[in-house]
Amino acid sequence: MPDRPWIFRTYSGHSTAQASNQLYRSNMEKGQTGLSIAFDLPTQTGYDPDHALASGEVGRVGVPVSSIDDMEQLLEAIPLDRMNTSMTINATAAWLLALYLAVAERRGVDFASLRGTTQNDIFKEYLSRGTYIFPPAASLRLTTDIIEYTVDQVPNWNPINICSYHLQEVGATPVQEVAFGLANAISVLDAIEVPAEKMPTVFGRISFFCNSGIRFIEETCKMRAFTRMWDRLGRERYNVEDPKLRRFRYGVQVNSLGLTESQPENNVPRIVLEALGVALSKDARTRSLQLPAWNEALGLPRPWDQQWSLRIQQILAFETDLLEYPDIFEGSHVIEEKTREIEEAAWDEIRRIEKQGGAVAAVESGYIKRALVESNARRLEQIENGERVVVGMNRFVESDPSPLVQGEAAGVLTVNREATELQLERLRAIRSKRNDGEAETALTALRDAVRNGGNVMPPSIRCAHAGVTTGEWSDVLRENFGEYRAPTGIDAPIKLRSDGPINEIRERVTAVSAQLGRRLKALVGKPGLDGHSSGAEQIAIFARDAGIEVVYQGIRLTPEEIVRSAQQEGVHLIGLSILSGAHRALVPEVLKEVEVPVVVGGIIPAEDAAWLEARGVAAVYTPKDYDLYRIVGDMVEIAARAHGVG
Amino acid sequence: MAEPGIDAELDAVLRGEDPAIARVLAQVEDVRPDQLELQRYTLRTLESRTPDANSVIGLTGPPGAGKSSLAGALIRHWLETDRVDDTPGVGMVAVDPSSRRSGGALLGDRARLRFESGERVFVRSMASRDQLGGLAPATRAAVAVLRAAFPRTLVETVGVGQSEVDVETVADSVVIVLQPGSGDTLQFMKAGLLEIPDVLVVHKWDLGEIAERTRSDLLALLPLLTMPGDGHWDPPVIGVSSRSGAGLSELAEALASHRGWLQQSGELTRRRRNGRTEWILELFSRRYGTRGIERLGGPKHARELAESCPGTALDGFSALASRAGLESAPD
Repeated sequence: MPDRPWIFRTYSGHSTAQASNQLYRSNMEKGQTGLSIAFDLPTQTGYDPDHALASGEVGRVGVPVSSIDDMEQLLEAIPLDRMNTSMTINATAAWLLALYLAVAERRGVDFASLRGTTQNDIFKEYLSRGTYIFPPAASLRLTTDIIEYTVDQVPNWNPINICSYHLQEVGATPVQEVAFGLANAISVLDAIEVPAEKMPTVFGRISFFCNSGIRFIEETCKMRAFTRMWDRLGRERYNVEDPKLRRFRYGVQVNSLGLTESQPENNVPRIVLEALGVALSKDARTRSLQLPAWNEALGLPRPWDQQWSLRIQQILAFETDLLEYPDIFEGSHVIEEKTREIEEAAWDEIRRIEKQGGAVAAVESGYIKRALVESNARRLEQIENGERVVVGMNRFVESDPSPLVQGEAAGVLTVNREATELQLERLRAIRSKRNDGEAETALTALRDAVRNGGNVMPPSIRCAHAGVTTGEWSDVLRENFGEYRAPTGIDAPIKLRSDGPINEIRERVTAVSAQLGRRLKALVGKPGLDGHSSGAEQIAIFARDAGIEVVYQGIRLTPEEIVRSAQQEGVHLIGLSILSGAHRALVPEVLKEVEVPVVVGGIIPAEDAAWLEARGVAAVYTPKDYDLYRIVGDMVEIAARAHGVG
Repeated sequence: MAEPGIDAELDAVLRGEDPAIARVLAQVEDVRPDQLELQRYTLRTLESRTPDANSVIGLTGPPGAGKSSLAGALIRHWLETDRVDDTPGVGMVAVDPSSRRSGGALLGDRARLRFESGERVFVRSMASRDQLGGLAPATRAAVAVLRAAFPRTLVETVGVGQSEVDVETVADSVVIVLQPGSGDTLQFMKAGLLEIPDVLVVHKWDLGEIAERTRSDLLALLPLLTMPGDGHWDPPVIGVSSRSGAGLSELAEALASHRGWLQQSGELTRRRRNGRTEWILELFSRRYGTRGIERLGGPKHARELAESCPGTALDGFSALASRAGLESAPD
């Protein structure tokens, strides 16, 4: 009897609830077996679409959900009692879960029949994704509120998905992925307040979301190490006797970091091999899988691109003999040895973190962020010097023209440009049709729970029914918890690069600076809600190593704040990093207010790059420009030219 | 003499206008010798028109003590309370270390300093070390410009004994920010390696017991290190939490009363004169090195000469240079 296949998912959502609902339904028809909802950045960071920071971001990287009306429309004709729904939502997880539960209540669906996952892992938001809102202690409290509530009320729900995925996306090594992921789980479990006899049940509800890179044999060993370490933690630290509750349950999205913009068709074999890393070993096999699309580095994938990735999963599960065997690595000394090596190194790292007071303390002190920034810098260095081969990018770069990416806007999806207007209209509609008195009373109940330490879930569900909006719900929490700024990871000494090419740039910087009369100064800024700061951080560090004085302010800045900083700091050049696709809305806002040259980096389709350059952007860099020497060298020349020095 | 338009530009600085302040800061940072004359004019003009009451507060302490967060919270406190007596506006220079090898720097203090668009705060980040050589009056000159524009200027410098700029010679009042449980700084003070600051802040006061213990340790230590008697300033030790806002008004009050003491005791005049002397000597030795100092008859004599020079620090620098027979810049 072959093993049951994992759940097939596609991370998706865009423009509006209605457009996303149609996409979900057509994906199901193609054989997708679970939903994976991508929310837009305003929804993830708790803003209504009419907030200044939401400009350009509505419906961009996911679906906007501002109230219960949107959630109802998003789930229209989807049978909640038979669906397994994963929601990538963190800072506002309690709210989106409340909306989901409220929709279930309206449809008369029993909570016990609901299956799915709220990501609800704030730890990696501070380190990688950047959609945090509140300080760590308050965030942890929200996380545990959801866990404590669902264990009783929604027993088949996975209340948290501890994510090591995003750590690999910012450069974590396999050992770091395992160690930081488990240290995070420990900090959550230690914060949970339930009677001791309930702890095994809670432990059994914790699930993980992991990554899988191209070195698929090492990845196989990593997943085996994870599985064994989790089992041991359950047994030894949390006294979980039932081995079933100690199973390491995890889902996967395979690596996006290694996908290339140049020769993007090569990403298909990469995705297949990465899927093998989490599918081959039966004892450590993933429970659900989502594969990125081959053209993710170019822009938003179209439904057809996502279908191709779904087909990869179906071929692996149904055409091959993969599911017919027990664990094929049983008895392999080689795999065993590598697994043990990862395991031991990861335990060492976990002990180091425990000594510092645990994962939360190690996030607040910047220890973990620094470790990740350093690993990522090393990874990039290896790509630049060819030590790490990336076919089609730093080796075998010759190529015939690809028929897959011809034509101007070919190969990517254009987001409905009316999405913002439509969503603003829906926001106005809910505000005018709801009973304001009821909404106010519900918000007051929420405020009381937040202040008095009550569980936020019941009052949040009440808010959902009363037509409260995402921004209003979040504002109540902001008032009480305050907003947090995470360590940027680049404020502590990081190893300086000192090879030949960088020395050349350094000499050039010194020469240009001497002519300018003061050292070349640049601002690296992240406008908008996109929190993926790793690219900006690497540019900032590299520019520092090249001798530039770099002002870096972290994430989530309005164009106005960037303009003000650039002016006060007297910089010679501005570099903006935007990965959410909101560049058309945000960049011109900066451009029109400054006199110094502006360069932009991000996931920017060729058509948009031309559009930006026509409006005065000095240069546009996309994922295919991995060579930091060239980018920073270029920035120096752009600044020199703009200030009239040779 | 001066460049056309410079007077209007300096008027705008005195009115606290961002673009003019930014341009004039760039001008005084410029290390090219041909800029010296213009810089001299700028600083002379601004200094003569700076209200005497405008103060400079130095904020220092070991890395990780939360200096930037405290600066942000203190500025916010001032902005909120100042609105009453209608003297808004704070300038700030945030100094970060630069890489010795590359000359570059990561200036990250702004990440903890977020202000609304209407709020009158001007922040300039600077790298501590400039490897271009020559005249780099950067930090002291920047402080002079901001002091002309704002009633209060904050100078944040990294580390203890690590920063190039000696904060006590640019600031009227010096605040040291300590992390609860940080024994090192106490040891430095005991060993006399660290000047006793005017105000001590035990930051992260919300940590509770450990913060209170650090404060009692300091309170026990200070009487042994400071001189007793009338007319002396007793440095207060204040617990502050930037997160909750606890202790901020106490800190603001302590700074105000230190300010009063400075004026009463004549210490303010002494400190400012000393700051100017340090500035002159710094400019001079950066440019001419120890050989230049020797030509002035050694460090002690050089200091006496610097003290007796009239005018701004740049005037003093030129006077010393011509005295040493090294004059190269136009007067």
